[in-house]
Amino acid sequence: MGTTQTFPLKQETDIVVIRQQVRKVAEQARLGLVSQTKIVTAASEIARNALIYGGGGEARLTGTQRDGRSAVHLVIIDHGAGIEDLDKAMVDGYTSGNGLGLGLSGARRLVDDFSIRSAPGEGTTVELWKWR
Amino acid sequence: MSSSVLTDLLQKHEAAILQDWVAAQRQAGIRADLIDEQTVQANSRDLLRVFITAASQGTADLDAEYWKPVKALLQRLSQTQSRQGFSPSETATFVFSLKEVLFSYAQRHTDQPLVCIGEISRLIDKLGLYSFESFVSTRETVIREQQESMLELSTPVVELWQGILAIPLIGSLDSNRTQIVMEALLQKIVETESDIAIIDITGVPTVDTMVAQHLLKTVTAAKLMGAKCIISGIRPQIAATIVHLGVELGDVVTKSSLADAFRLALREQDVRLVANKPR
Repeated sequence: MGTTQTFPLKQETDIVVIRQQVRKVAEQARLGLVSQTKIVTAASEIARNALIYGGGGEARLTGTQRDGRSAVHLVIIDHGAGIEDLDKAMVDGYTSGNGLGLGLSGARRLVDDFSIRSAPGEGTTVELWKWR
Repeated sequence: MSSSVLTDLLQKHEAAILQDWVAAQRQAGIRADLIDEQTVQANSRDLLRVFITAASQGTADLDAEYWKPVKALLQRLSQTQSRQGFSPSETATFVFSLKEVLFSYAQRHTDQPLVCIGEISRLIDKLGLYSFESFVSTRETVIREQQESMLELSTPVVELWQGILAIPLIGSLDSNRTQIVMEALLQKIVETESDIAIIDITGVPTVDTMVAQHLLKTVTAAKLMGAKCIISGIRPQIAATIVHLGVELGDVVTKSSLADAFRLALREQDVRLVANKPR
């Protein structure tokens, strides 16, 4: 089990830092180049959502094992308004802002395991896994 | 009561304290490459003077009006040192080295050294922290300035051929930068009356939905101005990621390398390049 690093998510440059760190941990976990790019992109999507819609929060990144394979585990938490209708938010093309509406659904397709917990007024927690 | 003891001590021994303080700083190591001894002497003298004036009016509340000159001077010195490239501890040493000096004077010249030392300690610690805060906030300003100047540096639009522009994007594309890129490209299309613009993303490590959206908007805006965009430099891993994200590039022309894109652009412009010698 690797150690967990925590990164703040308060401004746009924090997303860049999180992307770089995710890439580093993915390299250390010896993920392939395509898998690295996918988890980095998914992290970017979820972190930007947390910043824009959730008002910021934090990211916890761990290089670890899952079922005997080396893996990257990323949890992104915000304490914003939360998502009212999760099913609707996960649909391609649905956006409450002015993006493409592909962030959440796209990120889910990019990773090996995806879970999201959210309730109105309680913020949102997204968990991403990508393994070898 | 202790306050007046301290004030007496400071006022009586001002010149000697100054001398010892400068000596203490010299011993801690003065960055001869960044600051000369005269400046150290002058800074120390100025600070000690305003320090004594403020301390004589009360040492309990550093937020009081009469401590403002001390803080202002510290802030100015810390800012200067921050920009000149001093390390944080070198900057903090300036204030903290005064502590030892005052301790030894309190011990030798007062009959209540412990009370006096406690007061000195509290004061200098607060002032040290204050100078440290000023130092860090200046550093942050410097970093922000550098970030902003990078925004402008990194968006060159180059003319490859008459009517063909290229913009090689490097680094992460976040909203501010992409906005500048887009404007620079559209402006250059007008200036050069170009028909084709190649947007090369070889140097962009991550293409997420926001980057994709910005690219699509740029392409659409260029199209409205009668120019055609080619996006080049899409590496295999980026292509795989874009597909999984579900981003539709629509009818945007894409090429895997800038060379391919340039060849296509030349063909569209009806330009044929002929080699002098067959390879």
